[in-house]
Amino acid sequence: MRKLVFSIGLIFLALAPAAHAFEVEERISVGPADARRVLRVISTGDAEFFEPTLQDFLSDLPDVRIEYTVASSGEMMKALDQEGLNMDLAISIATDLQTKLVNDGQAQPYSSATTERLPVWARWREHLFAFTQEPAAVVLSRKALDGLPLPENRQDLIALIRDHPERFRNKIGTYDIRTSGLGYLYATQDARTSETYWRLSEVIGSVGVRLYCCSSQMIDDVASGELAMVYNVLGSYAREKSNTEDVIVLLPKDYTVVALRTAFIPRGSQAPELAGLMIDHLIARGWQAAPGAFSVLDDDSWSDDTQALRRIRMGPGLLVYLDALKKAAFLREWSSAVLR
Amino acid sequence: MNTPILLRGSIRRRLIIQLLAGAALLASLMFLVVQNYARDLAGQSQDEILSASVTAILDSASVRDGDLTVDIPYFAFSMLGNISDDRVFYAITRNGDFLTGYSDLPKPVASNGILPRFQTAHYDGEEIRMATATRRLSVSGTPDFVEVTVAQTRYGLRQQLAGISQTVAGFGIGFFVIAAVFGILAAQSAIQPLRQLAGSVSRRGLSDLRPVSAPVPAEMESLVGALNGFMSRLKTSLSRSEDLIAEAAHRVRTPLTTVRTQAEITLRRVDKPENRQAVREMIRAIDESSRAAGQLLDHAMVSFRSDHLEMEDVELTRLAQDAVSRLRPMAELRDIDLEISLPDLAMVVKGDPILMQSALLNLLDNAIKYSPPDSTVHVTARRTESGAEITVRDEGAGFPKADMGRLTRRFVRGGNTDAVVGSGLGLTIANEVARAHGGRLFLTNHSDKGGACASLSFPLA
Repeated sequence: MRKLVFSIGLIFLALAPAAHAFEVEERISVGPADARRVLRVISTGDAEFFEPTLQDFLSDLPDVRIEYTVASSGEMMKALDQEGLNMDLAISIATDLQTKLVNDGQAQPYSSATTERLPVWARWREHLFAFTQEPAAVVLSRKALDGLPLPENRQDLIALIRDHPERFRNKIGTYDIRTSGLGYLYATQDARTSETYWRLSEVIGSVGVRLYCCSSQMIDDVASGELAMVYNVLGSYAREKSNTEDVIVLLPKDYTVVALRTAFIPRGSQAPELAGLMIDHLIARGWQAAPGAFSVLDDDSWSDDTQALRRIRMGPGLLVYLDALKKAAFLREWSSAVLR
Repeated sequence: MNTPILLRGSIRRRLIIQLLAGAALLASLMFLVVQNYARDLAGQSQDEILSASVTAILDSASVRDGDLTVDIPYFAFSMLGNISDDRVFYAITRNGDFLTGYSDLPKPVASNGILPRFQTAHYDGEEIRMATATRRLSVSGTPDFVEVTVAQTRYGLRQQLAGISQTVAGFGIGFFVIAAVFGILAAQSAIQPLRQLAGSVSRRGLSDLRPVSAPVPAEMESLVGALNGFMSRLKTSLSRSEDLIAEAAHRVRTPLTTVRTQAEITLRRVDKPENRQAVREMIRAIDESSRAAGQLLDHAMVSFRSDHLEMEDVELTRLAQDAVSRLRPMAELRDIDLEISLPDLAMVVKGDPILMQSALLNLLDNAIKYSPPDSTVHVTARRTESGAEITVRDEGAGFPKADMGRLTRRFVRGGNTDAVVGSGLGLTIANEVARAHGGRLFLTNHSDKGGACASLSFPLA
């Protein structure tokens, strides 16, 4: 019976009344339509992936309905920061934008036995809580690589592209960091870590690059053979697809940037207790929502080369690349390197 | 008899209260001072790191291709995150125009100096600490003023202070407890000499009016001086009255001797039986008065000599023999046999021979007086565990049980003595002598044969 209630959870698209100025990608409702309590979640995570976790959460709370709104990290920032949208929980992979929202006073504190279990790097100010680790991966098409040695790090990638430009011409994909928050985060952290990033960007730019909004599309295009390689995609999505024979997922050995998928309770939340329970649930089970992602409670046991991991540290440092001047300068440099 | 003593306050309590109040004051003073110091120190370290951040950003400002660029270094903000989880705000202006950051951040105070300046302000509902510095750059020949402000909330500072406060409060309480313990001990030891003095005075014998000779703290000099002065005045007035009594007794006794002689002469001349009886009554009364006067003199002497004991070695058996031979004529007059049994060994005690003699004579005199005619008075001496003992036992009626406890008081006589002349001072004298020598007078009744039994015990030399 309950299952039936869940399964009739209405799924409707953003065509619904445009009450908000920000761009909604997708909106679903899980739980009974006449539920007494409602939890409004805004998230960057695809509804397709998150719905099972939401249903799992509701299995103990029969009187709760979740309204799950999907938006890009940039739109989410706009909605919460500028438009003052009332939401009960904000979930995003863009660790830097989440940090800025918390820093700018958009969050309210929360703590529980579960949040106490988090490692120190997985929470900030008792406001922002990470629940998955999302390494940036390189995905290669096995067919395109046919006969060539498997690259292990960025130097290998640069050499590979230089030596075989024809195989990669216009067949490399990456985020359009001008529109994708996660892409920008990965790129800035990359650039902060090593100069190699710029050299690689220039090499990629020299053979022609295709820009994407989202990881899933890029990975699909590699799987279908349309692309030979994508750089800086969500490792979790890539691992999800890596059971297909055509795709190789590479976590670069020189360094692998790890973003954190985080949640916080907006200060305008009307159901902070419920939102807190949801945070606890995400910390305990949330890695299931992002297939192939790693739980924060696993620390770095999932990696076979922990020295290479560059986990993004939540804190004021993340504000630097969000500075308007800094961002404009970075995008200029990126454009001149990648878009020839 | 004891006048109730009115009490007001307690020196010990007052001392303890004052010491505790002092300790509490010091502890809270320490708490405030350390807390203030910690606040200054914590505030200073926040200022320093804000200043470092501002300087790092200013250093990144440069003129490139003829235009001003500010490239905020990553560490300028990340270092702020190293020490606390505080929120960070910043603003960069160029010639007063907002360039980037948080445009609604409070305006920093104006200054011409190049050193960073600090201020505390409120922003977005929270207290923030701001550091601001200005630098002049030259862009295409015209001066450009870049001003950078970095601000941080003070959440970490407050937490740090709360932690310090807690620690310092713990220290303060610990300090107070230790000081309190020492204070109570100090108060106890401060009044200890008072207790000692009170104890030594209250342990003294009734007639011990010697001045306090044990050393006392300087603060008690006047008290002990006053006490000693008081005692010496008391002693003077006591000895004056004793002197008066002795003088009076002496003056009474001498004419009494004359009166008795005359009465005896008269008795021989008088023939009428009723007149002879009257004169005999007279002689008897004269004897009684004379005897009382003698004992009063004795007693005065005992009181006097007890205060100035002249100790020498006294052999008790010899003492007993002397006393017995002195009273033998008086005993024979009444057909009373004096039987003396002494051990072979000598028993030497330290004491005043005159006083001891007087005590023994009084006991013997009593025994002879209260013995029925044709009876025996036994005098024995023996060693005991703690000293030597001389016992005088008669075969008379014994001490009345009811009076046993008070017979040694002055002028108290037993209830069964009406027929006998006595002053009620004999046992008093014996008792005082025994006590003055550290000994005791025991009064008992002989269990089977009856008769009073008085024992003088003295510690051996």
